[in-house]
Amino acid sequence: MLDTADRLREVLDRPIKKVPALRGKTVVNLFYEASTRTRASFEMAQKVLSADSLSIAAATSSVQKGETLLDTARNLEAMNPDMIVIRHASSGAPHFLARHCRSSIVNAGDGAHEHPTQALLDALTLRQKKGRLKGLKVAIVGDVLHSRVARSNAWLLGKMGAQVVLCAPPTLMPPGLERLAAVTHRIDEALEGADAVMMLRLQTERMTGGYFPTTREYHVRFGLTEERVRRARKDVVILHPGPMNRGVEIASEVADGPYSVILDQVTNGVAVRMAVLYLLLGGGEAAA
Amino acid sequence: MGLPPGYRARQELMDRDRLRRTLARMAHEILERHPDMANTLLVGVQTRGVPLARRLARLMAAAGGSEPRVGALDITLYRDDLTTIAAHPVLKGTDIPGTIDGRTVVLVDDVLYTGRTVRAALDELVDFGRPARIALAVLVDRGHRELPIRADYVGKTITTARDEIVQVMLEEEDGEDRVVLLEKVKEKAPTAGAGRARPPAQRARRGVRR
Repeated sequence: MLDTADRLREVLDRPIKKVPALRGKTVVNLFYEASTRTRASFEMAQKVLSADSLSIAAATSSVQKGETLLDTARNLEAMNPDMIVIRHASSGAPHFLARHCRSSIVNAGDGAHEHPTQALLDALTLRQKKGRLKGLKVAIVGDVLHSRVARSNAWLLGKMGAQVVLCAPPTLMPPGLERLAAVTHRIDEALEGADAVMMLRLQTERMTGGYFPTTREYHVRFGLTEERVRRARKDVVILHPGPMNRGVEIASEVADGPYSVILDQVTNGVAVRMAVLYLLLGGGEAAA
Repeated sequence: MGLPPGYRARQELMDRDRLRRTLARMAHEILERHPDMANTLLVGVQTRGVPLARRLARLMAAAGGSEPRVGALDITLYRDDLTTIAAHPVLKGTDIPGTIDGRTVVLVDDVLYTGRTVRAALDELVDFGRPARIALAVLVDRGHRELPIRADYVGKTITTARDEIVQVMLEEEDGEDRVVLLEKVKEKAPTAGAGRARPPAQRARRGVRR
């Protein structure tokens, strides 16, 4: 997957950013939650590969009139798409659709469960910048409780041989993650000697209780400041899935600073999604 | 490179020396027709077209003084049989140095057969710009064109059967320089009365059945 994404990235630098590989294939982007990067990069990936792209945002669809997920998917399927890319607030929504639909289903983020393409683009970015994944110390800091990005990355990076440390205040760290990665509540410990630091946003839109006193105190205790970056290795890279809340989980100077690879992540996001589309739709029926 | 299953070597078409002399002759031919090296670009079609293009470039430099630039083209994304060839067709990578606008591009490939690879390469190339002209150089032309495509520079032309394979081996990819014609190993047809046991002497006298 990563190697294919590497090869496909070159297409984005061509004068004509289009190859006919998925000509005639149709992909529906069904987004029940807000998205800038993920949706735009899926659409971009589809267009570069010459696939036809159709995006539906739940906020402006008949979901507003009470239509269920299954009905929505079945109605869209009746128009014969080849693939449905879905982002949904419920964990397991893509798996549910996969059991009931003929098209290929791609998870663009389901609840707090997983965001596989994000983890892939993060892994690709790390591999590009560091030459390898095995043995890297990667600190993931922030609202781990609500983060599908944290879970997917902890799983993928761990599987590829990296050493992952998750860091969050106790109120934002779910129990049981010790099985997946090292866990700490002290940011200085997480950052010590890190090859890469991934900052996560406070997902206040998913919070119904009091998880922390104020964002100011959160920033003081868990924010990535220029001073804190110095605890990591000299060649550290800073990642963030976006969107960023500058001054909360990450200081502006760090986000825009020399160690930040945040915008490289976004470019790689298009390449990774091109690879996912190409590998799932570009080959023979035997692949499915 | 080993033999594909079900095939065996029938004839050696080029040994190492022959292959190298053929490339040298082709390099001279290309140089003669396109002496302007600054505006000429050799583009190898992945996979074996790429080392061939590099060798031709070096041979042209040795003969004429300056070396044309070399690029690589992976046509996988432009194939007309993408959904039938394999579950996950592997990408090898495309790299075109600089611009091709107004330049002479010489496409280089190892074998010219149906012409569909060259068709895909032409479509991909014109998405990179507008070359002044595109020429085609192939090491072996084995006939059986399915599209109106022809090579400008040919190492060797041979007649082949459709179920034969022309296997080009290069030191860069396969550890040796050789071109071999492979044929399908034909299945032995069952002998008449195969149900009855026959004494070995009689079976031998019958000889091989096809």
